[in-house]
This record gives sequence, structure tokens and C-alpha cells, in this order.
Amino acid sequence: MSAFQHRHASHCESGVMAALVTHAGLPLSEPMAFGLASTLSFAYIPLIKVGGLPLVAYRALPHAITKGLRKPLGLTMQVETFRKADQGVARLDELVAEKQLVALQTSGFWLPYFPEDLRFHFNVHNLIVFGRDGDDYLISDPVFEDTVRCPKADLTKARFAKGLMAPKGRIYFTRSTVQEPCWGKILPAAIRKTCRTMLAPVPFAGAKGIRSLARAVAKLDNSGDGAHARHFLGHMVRMQEEIGTGGGGFRFIYAAFLQEAAELLNLPPLATKADEMIAIGDEWREIALAAALMIRGRKLLEPKLIAAMLSTQADREESFFRALRALV
Amino acid sequence: MDDSQVPQEGNALFKGQRKAVYARGLDGKVRPVPSAGWQVEEIVTRQALEVLAAQAETARQRALRGEASPLEYHMYRSRMDLPLLAQSTGIWQWRVRRHFRPEIFSKLSNAILSRYSEAMGVPMEKIQSAEP
Repeated sequence: MSAFQHRHASHCESGVMAALVTHAGLPLSEPMAFGLASTLSFAYIPLIKVGGLPLVAYRALPHAITKGLRKPLGLTMQVETFRKADQGVARLDELVAEKQLVALQTSGFWLPYFPEDLRFHFNVHNLIVFGRDGDDYLISDPVFEDTVRCPKADLTKARFAKGLMAPKGRIYFTRSTVQEPCWGKILPAAIRKTCRTMLAPVPFAGAKGIRSLARAVAKLDNSGDGAHARHFLGHMVRMQEEIGTGGGGFRFIYAAFLQEAAELLNLPPLATKADEMIAIGDEWREIALAAALMIRGRKLLEPKLIAAMLSTQADREESFFRALRALV
Repeated sequence: MDDSQVPQEGNALFKGQRKAVYARGLDGKVRPVPSAGWQVEEIVTRQALEVLAAQAETARQRALRGEASPLEYHMYRSRMDLPLLAQSTGIWQWRVRRHFRPEIFSKLSNAILSRYSEAMGVPMEKIQSAEP
């Protein structure tokens, strides 16, 4: 095995999986990991609360990339969780001693190398342990520019945090070597799957999910100090930023994926779609900006305006994915 | 988003870290570009921090007036809420709520206190007072 190479990524799970697969022999970019696992999505689920507000997600559920890459790449992943922390620590140490690259699910709140103000109880932060130095683990955290270190006690706490989607010490790794897949088969399948998700005939997912969110935003009360409306809008943008990756970031990652796919499949129309996807991502940035200005009171608080933008966005994404579906 | 539009205004909360965002270069290709941060992100993150800080401050005032135990303050200060604290300690929510009452909190055994201390990452000697 060659030495492990850290790469700065936009999103933790796609970054971790791209690094694991690359290390296993197939050079894979982050957008390719993201697109191949059909991770682009949208979900608005009022029944699941995050910090008291409805779940808004701009991509598929956590673990979707880990699971989604297995079939197209013929990848065998070993996944283990632990009931007791000491078992989890012992197993990680054993694998690290074997020089095995191990990915972990953690809670960002307990990781001391995170800037204090960015530590929230978010239980699905992924990172890779690539070595140990005394009581410190050597960590490749894809959302950081460089590799970092984390003391054992802190990492253990992060691995065994409780709450929504508790990691339970989850580790995952692969011992297999990955061969070049048949791109002509797996890429169209992955793109079709994303189209299916985005055009799903249910009110909480895809373009229809964006419309449901628009309706909920339109109903926000902006009378009085509008505290709840501001809180809700902030939450919507935060889900796009922290858990997303910078104003519609997932849309930009998907655009990068479509460009790669256009080359591998020799299908130039996909590259045109990539440019459209960038325009859609830019629109998400506009929505985030408008909401942020309203939150700070630099712009009049008008939830209906944001709702209208969201609703236009729903139409754009719907027609985008209908056209994309027809291409592959 | 083009390369030149990648926000570089800096997000004070990043403490000098940069995050990778995907943007289109002059050749038309989308690739990762390090970003020093975007004001929008800073605004919404600060907003979340302010909500948590306000909750903690209200709880601290209540504790100082003897209307609540320091536990509620420490919970908010650890950026937790009731369901999360209950899950992290394995203590039912109604019991945690009961422990918010000063007269009941002051009689808690060390065993229970240490579960709170462990879950919130607050040292045992600090858990009895509502001080940062």
C-alpha cells in the first residue's frame, strides 16, 4: 500500500469515501464519489426535528455515500459498531496497528481541533484515522486543509456521543482493491437514480420537498419581532451551510460530477447540464444571502419573498432533472 | 459560482481555517477552491450561537435567583437541550426536568452528578455552581 494522501474536501462523507477508494487503488474525486452514490437530494421532513425545527436536507441521508458506492464499484466495506467504548477503542487500535486506514463516525462537538464556535452536537461527522503517535491519533479530516491530531480521550468521546443518529463507535474500512468499473453502465444508472429521487412523487422529497418548504416559509409569522421566522430561516440556511457546504454547495459538487461523467461517457450534453446546475447552485446562494440579510435586519423580514424564491427553485430543479433523465 | 466569486471575506468563526468549495475556473471546469468564509455562513452560525448563549444566560439568572438548579445552565452552555441531555445520560426527561429544581438537585448523589458531568463535559467541582 502506498502512503496515504490527505485531500481537502467540501463534504466529510464524500471526502472520506473518495480518499478510501483512492487508497484502495481507484483514483476517485470527491464529486465522483458524491455523484456515483446518487447523493444529491432534497428533503423537508417536519416530523423529524433538529434542534426543535424541521429537518431540511440538501443531500441524501448520512451513510448514503458509504452504502451507495458498494454496488457500482464492487466495493466491500466492513462496518462495525460497538456497545461499549473500550471495545471500540481496542478495535480501532488493533486496526491502526495493522496500518489499516479506518473511517469513523463522530460528533463534531467533542473534537478539540474544531474551532470552538463551530462545535455543535452533530453526530455524523466522518473522518479517517491513518496512524497513531503515542496517545494521539493522526487524523485526515477531509473538511480541514491539513491533517490534524486528536487525543484518544477526546476522540473516544466523539465516537460514543449520544443523541440523534448516535455514532455508537461506528468504524468502516475496506481491505479490497478497487478495479476500474464500467463507467458506461454505472454512471447512467447513478444519474437516473438521482433523477428518480428529485422527481419522487412524495411531498417531502425532491422538487416537491422544496415546494413544501416554500409553503412552510410562506406561513411564517413576521409580525412582532419575528423571532421564530428568523430562527426558522437561519435554520434553513444552516442546514445548507454547515451540513451542506457553502450555499448550494452540493449543487456545485454535482456539477463537477456531471462534467466528469460527460468526459467518461463522451456525452457533451451532460457538460451543458453541468453549467445549468451551477446556475441552480448560484440561485441557492442568493436565497441564503437574502435570508441572512433578513435575519440580521439589513433587509425587511419578508418570509413570502424567500418562499417565492424557493418555489421558483423547485420549478427549476424539476425541469432540470426531467431533462437530465431524458439524456441518459 | 466562478473561481472569482468564491467568498474570501473571512468568517471569524473559522479561526483561520479555510473550507473547500467547488467553483468554475476559467477553463470552465469545476474544482475545489479554498474559501476563507462567507458572511452569510457567519451570520447564521452566530445566530445559532446567540440563541444558545441567551438560553444559557436566562438559565444562569434563574439559578442565581434560586429558581433553578445550575444543571439547566450547564446543559445550555454545553449546547445541549433536554432530549439530548436525557439521551446522553440515560436519565429520563421527566427526571432531568426534576433535577432542574434546586432543592432536588442539591440532594443528588455523586453517582448521578458524575453522569451529568461526563455527558456535558463539565468537571464535577463546577457542576454545583452556575459559573462558567
